[in-house]
Amino acid sequence: MTPSAPQRTPLYDRHLALGGRMVDFGGWEMPQQYSSIRDEHLAVRKVAGLFDVSHMGRFRVTGDSAQAFIQSVLSNDVSSLIHGQAQYNLMCNEAGGIIDDLVAYRSEEGFLLVVNASNREKDLEWLRAHAPADVSVEDRTFELALVAFQGPDAERLLPAEGLDDIPYFGFRRGEVAGVSSVISRTGYTGEDGFEIMVKSDHVGDVWDAILEHGRSAGVLPAGLGARDATRLEAALRLWGNDMDETVNPYEAGLGWTVKLGKGDFTGREALQKVKAEGPRRSLVGLKLRPGDIARHGAAVSADGRPIGVITSGTHSFFLGYPIALAMVEARSLQVGDNASVEVRGRGVSADVVKLPFYRGSARSLSEKKESRHG
Amino acid sequence: MADRRYTRTHEWVAVDGKHATIGITDFAQSQLGDVVFLELPSAGRKLAARDTFGVIESVKAASDLYAPVAGRIAEVNEKLASKPELINSDPYGEGWILKLELAGELPSDLLDEAEYKKVTEAAAS
Repeated sequence: MTPSAPQRTPLYDRHLALGGRMVDFGGWEMPQQYSSIRDEHLAVRKVAGLFDVSHMGRFRVTGDSAQAFIQSVLSNDVSSLIHGQAQYNLMCNEAGGIIDDLVAYRSEEGFLLVVNASNREKDLEWLRAHAPADVSVEDRTFELALVAFQGPDAERLLPAEGLDDIPYFGFRRGEVAGVSSVISRTGYTGEDGFEIMVKSDHVGDVWDAILEHGRSAGVLPAGLGARDATRLEAALRLWGNDMDETVNPYEAGLGWTVKLGKGDFTGREALQKVKAEGPRRSLVGLKLRPGDIARHGAAVSADGRPIGVITSGTHSFFLGYPIALAMVEARSLQVGDNASVEVRGRGVSADVVKLPFYRGSARSLSEKKESRHG
Repeated sequence: MADRRYTRTHEWVAVDGKHATIGITDFAQSQLGDVVFLELPSAGRKLAARDTFGVIESVKAASDLYAPVAGRIAEVNEKLASKPELINSDPYGEGWILKLELAGELPSDLLDEAEYKKVTEAAAS
């Protein structure tokens, strides 16, 4: 539930000082944009942009059986993770519906889970209800701040040493602008980049230093608008738009995060059945004509027959045309097919295209698989 | 420069004799965010005051455009087809949308600068 008074991150005053237009997002007052979504979006794709993502929930999970517990509530297999590795995961209910998507970070102290802002309280309740007595789930959201520095030049422009030793989805302790941080090579834009976790009291210094250091190269602070556009180009799913508790991982195209063979976990039985029978719906990518911006919830049809709805849609300033994700009947559309989407009260033509719409500079050993959530 | 008058739906109109120029206000563009597309009518079409004459698409939403005054469309800003961002960068100048040949009296409910300011302050709070 969204509290009546939205929360503010430790960077709130800086957002205002930078001209940020603040909006309510998942119960937090966050900048939609500072200068313009277009400029911020292009900065992320061409140089680097700096996002405040402190609104995302952060939980520390510790205790003797922390790993067994994490294995029992998440879809992916965390047993292969070494200290300093992170992994994209889904948390599902018994029916296989997606409660949330998250990133699990494995360290010597246990696990850190980074979850969607809008789901923080729900997730915390779910985790605590399922945790055995020797596992503690602490909400660390308010002590730690999180910023994301994303773009092809992020490594070169981040004021930190020796970043080359951090692999994709790896993390370690280190200093950013002289401030003790945890630096991970993760993100939600499809670009190379880092997420930097620091104590809330010090995040202002880190924020200022990154912007100052990158200013002449074209680094910009970037808001939710640029974040949504870049994640959609990279076809990274957004919980609440592209998936929710009524959608299973196979429908969302996230079957690769489900490890049925790892042992029992919540939702496994239901997911086994979905996999055996094949999902009934699937998420597809659409490219539309300039000006035809498909909005969340718009009807999608093919050959005059309704087959699904738009889950996310925007105009891509980078690609120069509108793009969208649609949840449609399985096998109703193939890449190269044409569909009709309701835009401004009439059906417009959309081409089914391969996902992602754009593959950025994000490094990956298993390029096709690793991705991350919002 | 002719005086600008405003509507509660955040259009502006500048009247100069029998000619009127129409656009959306700075407040409107800032609320919409980056404009990416406009669906506009052709020159020659006749509009009554408060007619819907087009749609503006921003990254956030699609919004209808309403005619603040009645008239025949004399000119459509063709530059907006390739540069819709002019609406954001210069809403009262290069971001104008239509020029009309006025028909009849101006509607009595157009707002002056001070009245419009009150509307935006109420909307922003």
